[in-house]
Amino acid sequence: MKLQFSPQDEAFRSEIAGWLADNLVGEFAQLKFRGGPGDEHMFPEERKRWERKLAEGGWTCVGWPQEYGGRGLPIEQQVIFFEEYARAGAPGRMGHIGEGLTGPTLIAFGSEEQKKKYLPGVLAGTEFWCQGYSEPSAGSDLANVKTKARFDEASGKWIVNGQKVWTSLAHESEYCFVIARTDPDSKAHKGLGFFLIKMDQPGVTVRPIEQITGTSEFNEVFFDDAECDASDIVGLPGEGWKVAMGLLGYERGVSTLGQQMAFQNEFNEVVALAKENGAAQDPVIRQRLADAHIGLKIMRYNSMRMLSGNSGDGSLQKEALIYKLYWATWHRDLGELAMDILGAEADILLDAPYELNRLQSLFLFTRSDTIYGGTNQIQRNIIAERGLGMPKELRPPQN
Amino acid sequence: MEFAFTQEQEMIRDTAAAFLKDASTSAAIRAAMESDLGYSPELWQRICAEMYWQALHIPEEYGGMGLGYVELVAVLEQMGRYLLCSPYLATVGMATNALLIAASDSQKAAILPQLIEGKTATVAFNGGRSVWDASAVTATYRRESNEFTLNGDYRYVLDGHSADYLILAAREEGSRGDEGLSLFVCAGDSAGIQRSRLATMDQSRRQATIQLKDLRLPESSVMGELGTGAKPLAKILDLATIALAAEQAGGMQQILDITVDYTKSRSQFGRTIAGFQAIKHKAADMMLRNEVARSAVYYAACVADDALCAGPLASELAEAASIAKSYCSEGYFKNTGEALQMHGGVGFTWEYDVHLYFKRAKASEHFLGSSSYHRERVAVMLLDTAC
Repeated sequence: MKLQFSPQDEAFRSEIAGWLADNLVGEFAQLKFRGGPGDEHMFPEERKRWERKLAEGGWTCVGWPQEYGGRGLPIEQQVIFFEEYARAGAPGRMGHIGEGLTGPTLIAFGSEEQKKKYLPGVLAGTEFWCQGYSEPSAGSDLANVKTKARFDEASGKWIVNGQKVWTSLAHESEYCFVIARTDPDSKAHKGLGFFLIKMDQPGVTVRPIEQITGTSEFNEVFFDDAECDASDIVGLPGEGWKVAMGLLGYERGVSTLGQQMAFQNEFNEVVALAKENGAAQDPVIRQRLADAHIGLKIMRYNSMRMLSGNSGDGSLQKEALIYKLYWATWHRDLGELAMDILGAEADILLDAPYELNRLQSLFLFTRSDTIYGGTNQIQRNIIAERGLGMPKELRPPQN
Repeated sequence: MEFAFTQEQEMIRDTAAAFLKDASTSAAIRAAMESDLGYSPELWQRICAEMYWQALHIPEEYGGMGLGYVELVAVLEQMGRYLLCSPYLATVGMATNALLIAASDSQKAAILPQLIEGKTATVAFNGGRSVWDASAVTATYRRESNEFTLNGDYRYVLDGHSADYLILAAREEGSRGDEGLSLFVCAGDSAGIQRSRLATMDQSRRQATIQLKDLRLPESSVMGELGTGAKPLAKILDLATIALAAEQAGGMQQILDITVDYTKSRSQFGRTIAGFQAIKHKAADMMLRNEVARSAVYYAACVADDALCAGPLASELAEAASIAKSYCSEGYFKNTGEALQMHGGVGFTWEYDVHLYFKRAKASEHFLGSSSYHRERVAVMLLDTAC
């Protein structure tokens, strides 16, 4: 066991930290610590310009292979990149779905034509993606997808009908990847397709969902005879499940590992508040703050374990099973702690009608952490079944 | 960065697991529990002669293997897993560290080789309060020319009734806090020492009280510079804390394995109870706590390595020890409590091993500081500095 980063890694850390210090200035200075979860709707245009700036510096898609325009960074340096990015308070990434999900999926499963068509826009920070998985009746039970895709021989296009929900930043995205049923008689995970759909077309309607925070970064997306070129299905019709599952592996992998520094920033703010308003003298608050600090430190050790001995392909080891349940619960608890440190002041808003301060937003938004991407209950099933070999949940008989 | 066991460390761990699975069986644990000594001297001699675990992190110049704390932790984890009854934590996790940190070359040369041969040792410092730092030391010393006279009581001394060597923390008469503290090393059966075994709820580990009545020790028994023992004592306790946390993480693994196996074998309402979500979710939480505990312990072990050889992470020792102990203490006890519940009625029986882990977990939780004790230590580091 050896905990130190290599001199090359440390040099890389200085390089990215230096670039951020030099560039997160001027019009971008106002974006510091903005655009994170619960704040994703803020400054969309400025953050898109920031994405282009990042791309000019070669700081988009740093984990992608070099042959597709990425830097092909080893996993340690990807983590360093994410850490320094968050440490500098650089804004929430508009491009993270394209970079973390679309790109790796196309690189693994896409045709050469698809790679040529879609990867450059993601790399350049000019084209943005959203994710069309969840439906009103298909959350974690993704096999219950009802959106349909029918191939129209006359036009040579796929015709898509159905509804998606909880689609982050759909209103700011050029494209959506969509899971839809290509075989209308199929059930469960059979007969699905993975489609790349242009948002700016007559058959696509985006409707914002107002959240617990009073803001809207999720949407409902309706497809009414939306069209998709024959060349824009990834993999074969009916094999969408395989593609989607490969992609979820990425979602649970590297793309979540830089968030701890953002958590550290939030935690620092909570600590500063407690010192300032005297709550840091309360023995119970002290215990909870120490517990949160301990929890965050161990979160880092957990990911260091996950990354060590990793093959670098984004697949994770057994201890990675616990990661989502662990961080989501930690983050939710931090939100509660922040409110309890604020005390009665926690209820007072910045302004009417419903302008939250950062900690209020943290408190409310972190309730979603234990829901999205598989609820804590789903995570516990996954841990028990894959980690401990306990029996799977009962499923309805499948055809 | 490589935060995983090397192949050699994996081999040490796997060898330890295989040996202890065979040697520290339920019957062996129960036999040791019922003995006055608290462990099997034959098994201890086998460990010392065949496995050489007592010598793992003793430098080669004193006849040790010259390995580090990560190797030690790999073995301790397996000891905790198989609930080994032995004087290992006292001798290696406490006394050997004390000698490595605070003893003079001649003291090391005199005693470390004896420990390698199988002699045992322990550290006595706590006067009986629920604090685990220098302020817990109430025993006193008085200097009279080239001799010292020690008086006072110690409680919670691991294997204190049987250890061949004692390392005693005492303070100069009238001193307080970190001031005037010294460490002394002496034979366990020296005149002026009364030791008696304490009856304990966790019978898998022995604790003793030690009373000093005008114990007279020569100058050569003083470890390090007189009156400056607080710092080394803190370091010794942090290292011991990490060793204990490693045991706790190992116990968590075993109680998880035992419990999941049991739920797979036990049927109710026509299904194995392992299929019920209420059971699966408890097991998932147990696995989470177990993996998290391990991360904390392994990190602390790396820090301990640095602390023993002035590496870059040495300054993190106290924090890393508190992180590991606070997490493992609570996690181990929660997991054994859940295990008892998931076993149902049989978990409550003397015949099943669950209660052995349940009791060990509670005893380890409080020894060297409870979760809240260590959280407050962290809180001081986190909060009591300038804004």
